[in-house]
Amino acid sequence: MAVTTITPPAPSLLERMKTPRNIGILGALAWLPLMTYVMGTGLIDESARNIILLPAIPAVAILYAIAVTSWKESWIAVLGVSLVLFWFFMAVTAPFLPLADPNAPIAPFATPFSEKKDIFFWLGTDFKGRDMLSRVIWGCQRVLVWGVTATFVAYVIGTIFGLIAGYLSGWWDEFISFFGNVLLSFPVMVLFIVILNYLGPSGFNIVIAVTFASAPAIMRIVRGLALDIKTRDYVFAAQTRGESALWIMVIELLPNVRGPIIVDACLRLGYTTVAITTLTFLGLGLQPPDADWGLMIREAAKVAMLWKFAYMLLIPALAVSSLILGFNLMADGLREMSLRD
Amino acid sequence: MESMAVADKSNGAVNGGGHTPVLECRNLCISYFTRAGEIPAVVDFNMTLMPGEAHGIVGESGCGKSTVALAIMQYLGSNGKIVDGEIFFEGRDMRTMSEEELRNLRGSQIAMVYQEPMASLNPAMRIGDQLAEVPIYHEGASPEEAMERAREIIASVRLPEPERILNSYPHQISGGQQQRVVIAMALLSNPRLLLLDEPTTALDVTVEAGIVDLINEIAAEFGTSMIYISHNLGLILETCDRMTVMYSGEAVEVGTVNDVFDAMRHPYTRGLFASIPLPSADKHTHPLVAIPGQLPLPHERPTGCYFAPRCDFFAAGICDKGLLPMRQVSGDDQHFTRCVRFDEIDWQQSLGKGISQDATPPGDVVLTVDDMTKHYEIEQSALFFGGETKTVKANEKISFQAREAETVAIVGESGCGKSTFAKVLMGLEDATSGKVLLGNLELGDLPVDKRNPETIAKLQMVFQNPFDTLNPSHSVGGQIARVIRKFGVESDDEKVEERVMELLDIVKLPRDFAKRRPRQLSGGQKQRVGIARAFAGNPAVVIADEPVSALDVSVQAAVTELLMDIQRENRTTLLFISHDLSVVRYLADRIIVMYLGQIMEQGTTDEIFAPPYHPYTEALLSAVPIADTHIKKRHIVLTGEIPSASNPPKGCPFSTRCAYMIEGTCNVAPPPVHDMSAGHQIACHLSVETLEAMEPVIQLGAAVAPEPDVETV
Repeated sequence: MAVTTITPPAPSLLERMKTPRNIGILGALAWLPLMTYVMGTGLIDESARNIILLPAIPAVAILYAIAVTSWKESWIAVLGVSLVLFWFFMAVTAPFLPLADPNAPIAPFATPFSEKKDIFFWLGTDFKGRDMLSRVIWGCQRVLVWGVTATFVAYVIGTIFGLIAGYLSGWWDEFISFFGNVLLSFPVMVLFIVILNYLGPSGFNIVIAVTFASAPAIMRIVRGLALDIKTRDYVFAAQTRGESALWIMVIELLPNVRGPIIVDACLRLGYTTVAITTLTFLGLGLQPPDADWGLMIREAAKVAMLWKFAYMLLIPALAVSSLILGFNLMADGLREMSLRD
Repeated sequence: MESMAVADKSNGAVNGGGHTPVLECRNLCISYFTRAGEIPAVVDFNMTLMPGEAHGIVGESGCGKSTVALAIMQYLGSNGKIVDGEIFFEGRDMRTMSEEELRNLRGSQIAMVYQEPMASLNPAMRIGDQLAEVPIYHEGASPEEAMERAREIIASVRLPEPERILNSYPHQISGGQQQRVVIAMALLSNPRLLLLDEPTTALDVTVEAGIVDLINEIAAEFGTSMIYISHNLGLILETCDRMTVMYSGEAVEVGTVNDVFDAMRHPYTRGLFASIPLPSADKHTHPLVAIPGQLPLPHERPTGCYFAPRCDFFAAGICDKGLLPMRQVSGDDQHFTRCVRFDEIDWQQSLGKGISQDATPPGDVVLTVDDMTKHYEIEQSALFFGGETKTVKANEKISFQAREAETVAIVGESGCGKSTFAKVLMGLEDATSGKVLLGNLELGDLPVDKRNPETIAKLQMVFQNPFDTLNPSHSVGGQIARVIRKFGVESDDEKVEERVMELLDIVKLPRDFAKRRPRQLSGGQKQRVGIARAFAGNPAVVIADEPVSALDVSVQAAVTELLMDIQRENRTTLLFISHDLSVVRYLADRIIVMYLGQIMEQGTTDEIFAPPYHPYTEALLSAVPIADTHIKKRHIVLTGEIPSASNPPKGCPFSTRCAYMIEGTCNVAPPPVHDMSAGHQIACHLSVETLEAMEPVIQLGAAVAPEPDVETV
């Protein structure tokens, strides 16, 4: 019986973008410029910094398009990713938007939608006279970069130790679990405060603090998964082939622990954002004068006692909440999609 | 809708029950509604069940047999629905019953026994409490009365020490005992209908024989009607009066067991029987014939006969037109078939036989195991040191030899030490004492990370569970290529690629599978990739640990034949570990029977299957259900349970269950090994004369349905 071969229609541009490799490239294009921009403050020349961000803008837009079309079936996930990528977009386009200088005092105590000195303030100004709208938009850069970096480093460390503890077991497991339990027994805020007091407040030290606080929990999750997968026949087959333990952990186990980690990662980004904002609020995190939501909340805390000026507190608070809500909704949506049959 | 032929209601009951059938299904159609749309699981199912009758439903996975059982219970879950047809339970239409009435029916009038006994019992409640729930809820009995009834029913399912069982939790009793408890729970309210969904698949063969006996006795004693669902035709022969064969959601043949077995009238039934290793099959002269093609997915079913794409007798224009009704075979007792051409086909014509081969002569000795012992030390108490360490004697003095191109089968039930033995050979454990020689190389104390790649390549393994045997995150080709590179067979990229393609050809898989992920393959295809991976390094010895037990019957035939072919080509030694004596009889040259870590008997296939037998071998042979009406089997059922390996009986490990046990000898001293002939050894205290005088267990007799002549041993 002759079989007619039907050539399928050539995939659209969007479809071709959806391969893991392309998504990886897009993600790198979107992320690395922002990271270099924020971390390179003071190290790189001012004008060059803005140009670095240019490739990130279309990358974020395309990622959003991919996410919305892939996750159509879960409105929660779409809402979540909209919130997150909205702030991301703001972060990468901030230098190019027609905004006032976030650090320049213009007209103090202007309420939202009011006009002072012939300038219309959408979100008002704070007690020092700086434009709230531009501060809110500029403020998300540092939160995003340090939050994501901290979570990522925590994941790398947690996964490494989790795989070792789960696969090699024995004394490795005893030791790593013990150490993890000690860290977990500290209240998280106490741990942060102790570490940041010792190391000094800065973005990089926040990464270290978050790693200490989050890695044990991640280690536990990965260890549980590794213990389960260890008993599967394909690991057995690798062992009988004489593969080294390192090879088995990286090649056989690691790709298969991905699933539950992705959902946990989204949630943990939310927690980390809260932690960074709180630390900045306490004065232990990112330092002034650059705009940062935690700093805005901190500075507005005293002034906001008067209801008329509460907007100075509410606006950054809402901004932080929306970002964290976005992460949580994304996590929920992803989990929902993975469970549906 | 065309009206389908319905079984005549006035079919006389087996035990002289009334006229009203206990259960009647008419034109039943069941569908599942998922994200992908409606999936028609069962199409046009008809059944009439009279009081006291036992009806078997046979089919492979995906044919819809469990769906039918759940539909009868009206328990299809949130996405299953009966879309057409009717079910009448004792004359009442079940679709008009309310939830309350259905709840009252379930558990009291209709009871079900599932496959996994551990999953059917609540692990947090004592057995007595769980059993007592049934009369308390359904009959409003008082707790004391309920306990009394529970005690009685435990005795009638032949469980020893009823008080101890009633006070235990499910995890404290063995799998066979759990399943008996589940059956007891099902029978407690004296149901009219008992549904059994593969109740013995998860149990050992000797335990399974006991459960099968129990079910037969129950049917006789209580007069319960039964629907017995299984994929094992031998079991259906032993337990049922009538049977239905299902394929891809529809019933293709219905009739009495004798009619379907001896006078089958559907090509699928015939194909099914040809792919089972019956005693008449032989790997050289009468190989198994697998059914070509694949089971169609529900949305890919062809119009007309669903079996048409795989059928030898397909006739265009007849077999692919419209909905086919069941046709009655004249002369037989209520024998129906869905084959349109059944009276045109010559059923005596032999199937396109598999190509028969000459027997390959075995070569030199490749593997020698000499008194190999493996003990595990476990500590008594996990918390404190200083408790006495218990020794689990996983393997005790194993000695045998395997030659080139020979298939040696290791047979035994759970706990007999076959997996431990495989692990020692592969280097994942080291032997406590004794020698394991591969050629000249001593392997017993050489763990796998100390072996050089050539040695590792010479000894490879095919695993049991096809679903776990491949890493789900890597492509199929990539995984085979890794093996090729690791063992240094080829190193050049192109050559590796070529070799991967060659291997895929050898295991009869299309070449573009190399790019696919394992989740896109079926169970049988995954197992073929597992075989390709094992043979990628040109091994001298391949250990196959139950490679086909997780597969469907027709797929088993194909994979078994594949193993045989590759072995013949490469003259590999195959160590085939299994508990399925029919498959073993089909393909093994030599057989080793193990029990609780020790070898009870070893010899060639013919020597094992004919007397003299070790008493354990005798019981094992009697326990295996054989799907052939011409075979007469002696009936031997073992009492008791397999002892735990951490607490083995003194003397002969089989002494606690052996019918021939000699008090004072068998439970004191380990048995001597008798050499019955060159290569045939039996480890038993019985004298050689007694052993020689044993009657054969399996005999070719006249075509009779086997009567269980209970020769209580």
